[in-house]
Amino acid sequence: MTNVFDAFSGTANSLYGELPDPAADAGFDPSHPKRVGFFTDTSVCIGCKACEVACKEWNLVPDDGTDASDLYRLTGMSYDNTGDLGASTWRHVAFIEDVRPHGSATTEHGGGTPPAEPTTGHIPSGLPALGGGALPKAPRDAATPPPGGGTVDLLTLLPDAGAHGQQTPDDERDVRWLMASDVCKHCTHAGCLDNCPTGALFRTEFGTVVVQDDICNGCGYCVPSCPYGVIDVRGSDGGAHKCTLCYDRLGSGLEPACAKACPTKSIQFGDLDELQAAADARLAELHDRGVNEARLYGRDENDGVGGDGAFFLLLDEPEVYGLPPDPIVTTRDLPEMWRNAALTAVGLGVAAVAAFWKGGRR
Amino acid sequence: MTGDLNPTDMPERLRIDHDAVKPRRDGSRGRRGGRGEQLQVPEAEFRSYYGRPIIKAPVWKNPDVPLYLFLGGLAGSSSVLAAMANGTDRPTLRRAGRYVAMGGAMGGTVFLIHDLHRPTRFLHMLRVFKPTSPLSVGSWILSPFAAFATAAAGAEFLAPYLRGKRGATALKVAGDAAGVGAAVVGPALATYTAVLISNTAVPTWHEAHRHLPVLFAGSAAAAGGGFGLVAASVRDNEPAARLAVAGAVVELIIEEKMTRDLGMLADVYDKGRAKTLMTASKACLAVGAVGAVVGRRKRWAAALSGLALMAGSALTRFGVFDAGIASANDPAHIVVPQRERIRRREEAVQAGTTPPDRHYVPAAGN
Repeated sequence: MTNVFDAFSGTANSLYGELPDPAADAGFDPSHPKRVGFFTDTSVCIGCKACEVACKEWNLVPDDGTDASDLYRLTGMSYDNTGDLGASTWRHVAFIEDVRPHGSATTEHGGGTPPAEPTTGHIPSGLPALGGGALPKAPRDAATPPPGGGTVDLLTLLPDAGAHGQQTPDDERDVRWLMASDVCKHCTHAGCLDNCPTGALFRTEFGTVVVQDDICNGCGYCVPSCPYGVIDVRGSDGGAHKCTLCYDRLGSGLEPACAKACPTKSIQFGDLDELQAAADARLAELHDRGVNEARLYGRDENDGVGGDGAFFLLLDEPEVYGLPPDPIVTTRDLPEMWRNAALTAVGLGVAAVAAFWKGGRR
Repeated sequence: MTGDLNPTDMPERLRIDHDAVKPRRDGSRGRRGGRGEQLQVPEAEFRSYYGRPIIKAPVWKNPDVPLYLFLGGLAGSSSVLAAMANGTDRPTLRRAGRYVAMGGAMGGTVFLIHDLHRPTRFLHMLRVFKPTSPLSVGSWILSPFAAFATAAAGAEFLAPYLRGKRGATALKVAGDAAGVGAAVVGPALATYTAVLISNTAVPTWHEAHRHLPVLFAGSAAAAGGGFGLVAASVRDNEPAARLAVAGAVVELIIEEKMTRDLGMLADVYDKGRAKTLMTASKACLAVGAVGAVVGRRKRWAAALSGLALMAGSALTRFGVFDAGIASANDPAHIVVPQRERIRRREEAVQAGTTPPDRHYVPAAGN
């Protein structure tokens, strides 16, 4: 186990930097199990929310209660009526409707791939495309039969700015759906864990980060410590809660409930090194297919949190999914903060003593 | 199973500043007299998920935590004044310092426990000692301080009843020793709270981690000295006045420097309740400091100045707290500086130099 002096002097990367084995750093002996994690490949997410449901069922997570703006708790954010991760939401599926006028694609999004077929602007050919751009131009009249015979597609007859609420006609729009199942990142350097004053949050032998509910006193310090905004205090019981990476299931050799329920293998569970290799291969494959905007998020072990135990393949900038683009664990600066606070404490003491200098009394 | 009581339990969380959540492009709304136009965030630079906050705002309760910050500073600096007053024969300043050190420690403890969402488990704070957790360190600073301060105040209280009797000397020695103990721990109690709030992912707090300890030390000096002016006699109050004025000056200067260095992250100090509180704080500190210099020898003027200085100190804590909540609720505070950090890192890599992300650099301007 790394001692305090090594951690604060920087000789051990306990607070920041590359740390290959956080479980060993937390004191587990070298025979501990390999580090596990999630690889969430959002390019195959279909937004079914089975992960959200499976998580709630297995972990007995109560009603979210937040965002109760109306009876049905509709957020107005596409199909996302969950909102964000929180004390009672340990998996959250984000929905982004990326709508652009046809042909407004930039090279940044088009990836520079030559359009071999009638593609839809910024939508890469390697991925299934949704939207009007690929549809044949249908006559906008119910009386005229479509070119190939058959039935009239009534959808094409909808008023342009009507039911879909879009300014651009359907056949001049490109729509790209981004769906991503977000989860606790189980950081290599977990701000929530290091800031927890009671020791309720701990590093498991699997390298994951878990809250012990019978220790947590609800101080809430973990909440603003998380650079991703994952952990939160639950109003009904006052305790902090977040994804446990199904610690109870791991002990029995089962995979976490969300990964088990995912029908498209968007959520993959396994040993972290194997997941990283699989993710690298998947990224190379997508890049080969012209999906140049594909990127891995949380994969880099040199990033601000030492790499994530749960990392992602994204198809746009992280902030589009509600993720911070370059998170840095808050404890990186903690040694300097303690130094500053100690110096100013001495300064305050000296100032208070100096205030008595040659005290003119009367 | 009951529903989540979040909305009623956590009023701060609901107070999302919807102006802040929207992208800002109002370039004419420069901060601080025309210097800050270029600090505004152009709309195109900032994307987010439906404008939602990225990190979670603290669930700490509002007045509990700002008052705890204030009381820690008040008690911490008062304990030093009391110990020094004891050594230099200023009995009224000693008495005031000892009593307020105890009161601040006890009040702070009560607020800290009330802030917990499971208050019956407050003793879990002392379950471990974790130098990586400022709240754990703070609990271990507060506990001995409260014990010393209470012992010193107890000796002060009992002294008149034992005058001339057996044990009076022992009581005085014990009280003085406890007072010295409190004075040694006190300054740490006053400044550790800066680490407490800056060691979070809240951008306006975290990026001010070089300023906040000085700000809080100045605020503590203003509060402790201010109470000395309120409670001590004119004969004894000169050190209190000096400390309070010095604290107020330091606080006013470092606050200005902090908002300059923060760049765009300082916009939360320029709107809403945080702005009101910080403006009121500066006014109170300035009035109190001038009053302490000019009117120290008049009992009523000294007391009024002391009150103003204490109010200024408390308002600073409330303002900093509010600014942090607004900062956490603003996705631009996360996305824009982090994007800037990535851009600078890429530039540095291309230029073959060391990536500069060790230190925060304001997004634009400055």
